[in-house]
Amino acid sequence: MNSNFSTFISGLLFGLGLVMAQMTNPVKVLGFLDVAGNWDPTLALVMVGALLTLGILQWFMRKRLKQTQDTDRDLLVSPKAKIDAKLIAGSAVFGIGWGLSGFCPGPALVGLTSGLVGSYVFVGAMFIGFFVFNRLHRDR
Amino acid sequence: MTYLTVLSALGGGALIGLASAWLLFFHNRTAGISGIAVGILPPFQQDIGWRLWFLAGLVISAPLWKLFGGSVHIQIDTPLIVLASAGLLVGYGTRLGGGCTSGHGICGNARLSVRSIVATLLFMTTAVITVFIVRHGF
Repeated sequence: MNSNFSTFISGLLFGLGLVMAQMTNPVKVLGFLDVAGNWDPTLALVMVGALLTLGILQWFMRKRLKQTQDTDRDLLVSPKAKIDAKLIAGSAVFGIGWGLSGFCPGPALVGLTSGLVGSYVFVGAMFIGFFVFNRLHRDR
Repeated sequence: MTYLTVLSALGGGALIGLASAWLLFFHNRTAGISGIAVGILPPFQQDIGWRLWFLAGLVISAPLWKLFGGSVHIQIDTPLIVLASAGLLVGYGTRLGGGCTSGHGICGNARLSVRSIVATLLFMTTAVITVFIVRHGF
């Protein structure tokens, strides 16, 4: 299979999963985060389903993964990477934005086809946030 | 919480896990959406192609789902100024922390990365506190 087409399929499957699970609906996400209100715990099952599936597939592929481990892949989520102040501050800040809006990056991008102004505003601001980070912390 | 919503949450999660495994096994990449998306901004790198293809698949998923009879519910009740601020925080925060709900929450946690476990607990906590303050505080 063509490599570009293959990554397209991966993105498509990812998006379909988000849509099917209703992670793409900010009101639903806020209902999941609102543990003191009319709490809707269903979205926790999205993570359960994803972790089980990926975990099992990784276990079957463990030999091949060992050969390619950490050569090319995102080192930021590597088991060997250390916890630092950036991780703590960044994750805390991300959570505040997630709690204010009900959007995290994947669902926000899927929402671009909803035609809602709120989706465009959020995604535009998110890319400005990415850009600001690149300008401030390009220490590589 | 109905039987159907439980099934669709689990099934949707399984699809996300499959998509992440696909990208990992066939392309040796982490399916972290913020990390993939930030790579399409300047300074442009050589690997921008696969990122654009992945994002194209992600964005086209909702209309395709509708085309085959599925329903897509997206409801936004948050004022635009709050959405704009939240977008900035999510963009900056996910890059500073090196991952979001997908990169840390799914890929990193599935690799039992302590960094990702700490990140996930943290962003879940601040998100819950934020919603609490907005909806029930003061």
